[in-house]
Amino acid sequence: MTILLVLAVTILVFIVIFQISKASEYVSVLKGEEKSRKQTNKINAFLMLAFMIVGFIGVWYCNKILYHKTLLWQPAASDHGEKIDTLLWITLWITFAVFILTQFLLFWFSYKYQEKEGKKVFYFAHSNKLEIIWTSVPAVVLAVLIVFGLKYWFEFTGDAPKNALEVEVTGKQFGWIYRYKGADGVFGKKYFKIIDDATNPLGLIWKDNAALGLKDDAKSHDDIVVAQTMYIVKDRPVKLIIGSRDVVHDVGLPHFRLKMDAVPGTPTTMWFTPKYTTAEMKKITKNPDFVYEISCDQMCGNGHYSMKGIIEVVTQAEFDAWLADKSPAYQAAVNSSTNESAPVIAATTTNNVNQKTIVQKQ
Amino acid sequence: MSNEAVLHANIGEAHDVHSNHQTHHHETFITKYVFSQDHKMISKQFLITGMVWAIIGGLFSVLFRLQLGFPDTSFPWLEDILGKWWAEGGHITPQGYYALVTIHGTVLVFFVLTAGLSGTFANFLIPLQVGARDMASPFMNMLSYWFFFIAGIIMLASIFVETGPFSGGWTAYPPLSALGDTSPGSKIGMDLWLISLALFVVSSLLGGLNYIATILNMRTKGMSMTRMPLTVWAMLFTAILGVLSFPVLFSGFILLIFDRNFGTSFYLSDIFIASTNTALPNEGGSAILYQHLFWFLGHPEVYIIMLPAMGMVSEIISVNTRKPIFGYIAMVGSLFAIATLSFLVWAHHMFVTGLNPFLGSIFALLTLLIAIPSSIKVFNWLTTLWRGSIRFSPGMLFALGFVSMFISGGLTGIWMGNATIDIHIHDTYFIIAHFHLVMGVASIFGMFAGVYHWFPKMYGRYMNTTAAYIHFWITLIGAYLIFWPMHYTGLAGMPRRYYDYSIWESFKQFAELNKSISIVVIITFLTQFLFIINFFHSIWRGRKVTSTNPWKSNTLEWTTPINPGHGNWPGEIPEVYRGPYDYGKDGIDFIPQTTPIGAEESGHH
Repeated sequence: MTILLVLAVTILVFIVIFQISKASEYVSVLKGEEKSRKQTNKINAFLMLAFMIVGFIGVWYCNKILYHKTLLWQPAASDHGEKIDTLLWITLWITFAVFILTQFLLFWFSYKYQEKEGKKVFYFAHSNKLEIIWTSVPAVVLAVLIVFGLKYWFEFTGDAPKNALEVEVTGKQFGWIYRYKGADGVFGKKYFKIIDDATNPLGLIWKDNAALGLKDDAKSHDDIVVAQTMYIVKDRPVKLIIGSRDVVHDVGLPHFRLKMDAVPGTPTTMWFTPKYTTAEMKKITKNPDFVYEISCDQMCGNGHYSMKGIIEVVTQAEFDAWLADKSPAYQAAVNSSTNESAPVIAATTTNNVNQKTIVQKQ
Repeated sequence: MSNEAVLHANIGEAHDVHSNHQTHHHETFITKYVFSQDHKMISKQFLITGMVWAIIGGLFSVLFRLQLGFPDTSFPWLEDILGKWWAEGGHITPQGYYALVTIHGTVLVFFVLTAGLSGTFANFLIPLQVGARDMASPFMNMLSYWFFFIAGIIMLASIFVETGPFSGGWTAYPPLSALGDTSPGSKIGMDLWLISLALFVVSSLLGGLNYIATILNMRTKGMSMTRMPLTVWAMLFTAILGVLSFPVLFSGFILLIFDRNFGTSFYLSDIFIASTNTALPNEGGSAILYQHLFWFLGHPEVYIIMLPAMGMVSEIISVNTRKPIFGYIAMVGSLFAIATLSFLVWAHHMFVTGLNPFLGSIFALLTLLIAIPSSIKVFNWLTTLWRGSIRFSPGMLFALGFVSMFISGGLTGIWMGNATIDIHIHDTYFIIAHFHLVMGVASIFGMFAGVYHWFPKMYGRYMNTTAAYIHFWITLIGAYLIFWPMHYTGLAGMPRRYYDYSIWESFKQFAELNKSISIVVIITFLTQFLFIINFFHSIWRGRKVTSTNPWKSNTLEWTTPINPGHGNWPGEIPEVYRGPYDYGKDGIDFIPQTTPIGAEESGHH
């Protein structure tokens, strides 16, 4: 019923606007087209000026109500993030100044140089001097920005420090699986064709497979596989080795200001040093529910929006305690093959969120 | 006195005589309106088809904004209209949501802002402004439209198949787009999507080759390249971009079709499908290869969309300030620079794919270079306004709106183009704000400017200006209200293409904002119907044009009769003696291109 009402009102508004428009056209014809054109010209020139003023106020107001909801006021949670923030703020101020200047000129000129009786235009077809100025000034400013940008870029994309904690991150529809090296300090080999969602979600090679020509890799026996929540250590560099099991995903870390695609068949890497533990970040953001979230930032299917991972940044001692508590995936799988009823790895992470939210709504 | 009589009391019957000098053969309804080979009719076909697609694409955005703005509200009528697949229980479903955003993007980028914009104005303006009777190949031109039309029909059909239209985002990255088991939209819907866009590429090439041939070979006597209006220059560069880059997209699509249907592994490697619990046999392919092929078109495509708007805006601003465009040669040069650079920046869409960092640095550098010709254009437009005598016709208002949008959206390009900052804001709402302002809204504004400005030439009537003003102001304000706040959501790291943000601690604080944006979207969308109604009403009932040159413009299209027939000029094609921007020269308001250089005239080119 309301929809019909809304529809009726909308159509009515259209008819009214339409009639006004037609009527004003007749009036202008009767009154003299040139005269009424000049009148509306004045109105539009005034509106240009008004739009500029209201627009600038709007920009300020928008900033006022939204600034505290963004990450702009929060410190970046990683060393790389801090540098990105620095460059972001420099770029912000430069582009904002240009924005104000050019928008002001655009709307101010529109108002100031509106058509007026008996005023002659200034014939001005070109000026090499002016054109050289606005070619070279932007070029210099951009050179500064790009020098900064590339300096940081090479730093971020360069090699991770030797003491970095290495974690393998694998995306799948729609969740994340993490792998830590075991006691041997090496990731064992894996092969996607032996993936079994229930027992071996990464396809670690822990037994011979003659059909596929695979040899048991003992180094995989102590690898620890977890889902949903990744633990990393404050002030210790972490290197993520990122892959995907199916389609392209992306490890998005807004609080660390970082992001890297997870591409099937082509591993990628990303490293950074966390600066604050999750507990510290709760205080900084004054949000007791704060968590470092991993958002999938590359369209990966109908559950894309629910592909959430969690990062817990903890101290080294807490991390060691957490890791000690984990048993290697191999052991769990071997146990389960002897005892079928034992549940293994929590590999099914968030892929049911999709259905869950729909059910909730109903 | 009837309305028509009031409007046309002062018009003699003589103006109604249609000039059919060139076409003595009998024209049937079919040859005149359907399979027409007249560039003016084909341009109108492109425009009206583009408008239909713009309504569909816009409506889709309203529907997915309903989900984003009101995720907890049920709209039972949605299910009544769309059915269970799209809107079960009055909520847009995730599969429906992703289908909507994908088709919204595809349709607006390709069908509206490429075919609707280039197809309309390149067709309409090139022959009229260079002084040609028609395109180099009118028949190919007709085929160009009909390939586009069929592409549209197939895209439309894909919306109605059982597993739904393609829903993996308009960029269609494999493996998601290659494997039906990863998403229902990647089943038959994706096959139709690929066929549709392959036909679209054919249409685009047929059109583009024609535009280039016409501009290079069919200019009237005296129309040297440097006397061409900037619109024609822009259309020339647009066509060259399309001809060079669309085939690459086509090859990317062919490989994708092979991967989907014939068991090849161009893009596929190491894939395990959880839903069927199987590992695929494909090994050794690269999903990133597709992204290179796609963006090799995809980035020039942005300029295929932008350049025609830039050209038309330059022309309209010059006419309505009664001043020459400032720095004609610099404007051509910057168009050339933008067109050239647009081929060398595609990988800036791929900074976070694990691209070689050295390669990334080169692409970042080249990307920021584009800011230089762009800033030349902006400052030249501003200088053109300076000390002019501005007439705010609806076309002019939209042209000024274009410049405003281009500045607002263009400046954030400096953020995203710098690879370091891109790592943070890539694929967040920041990029949504950026490209909608600089490419979406700006180009649509260019298109509106073009329609309002050249409508009198198209139909021999004016559009209603009051409705046009209301349309402009609401659209301008609406566009800023929709996209400006998205910079902030982007700076909160909020990812694009999410169906629901409520489960995210980091992004759920924008529920209220999303609601307001959705309301503005609905209002702005409805306002576009003011344009549509005005357009169609004015075709038949608009105030008639009484002079051949209503805007007192210099270019050749205004030397044709009010309603030019096929062939454009009843007699000889006029000869050109000067550039198109002699406004206000030596104190004379305007000097058409057909006026010979006077003995007393100051320096000319």
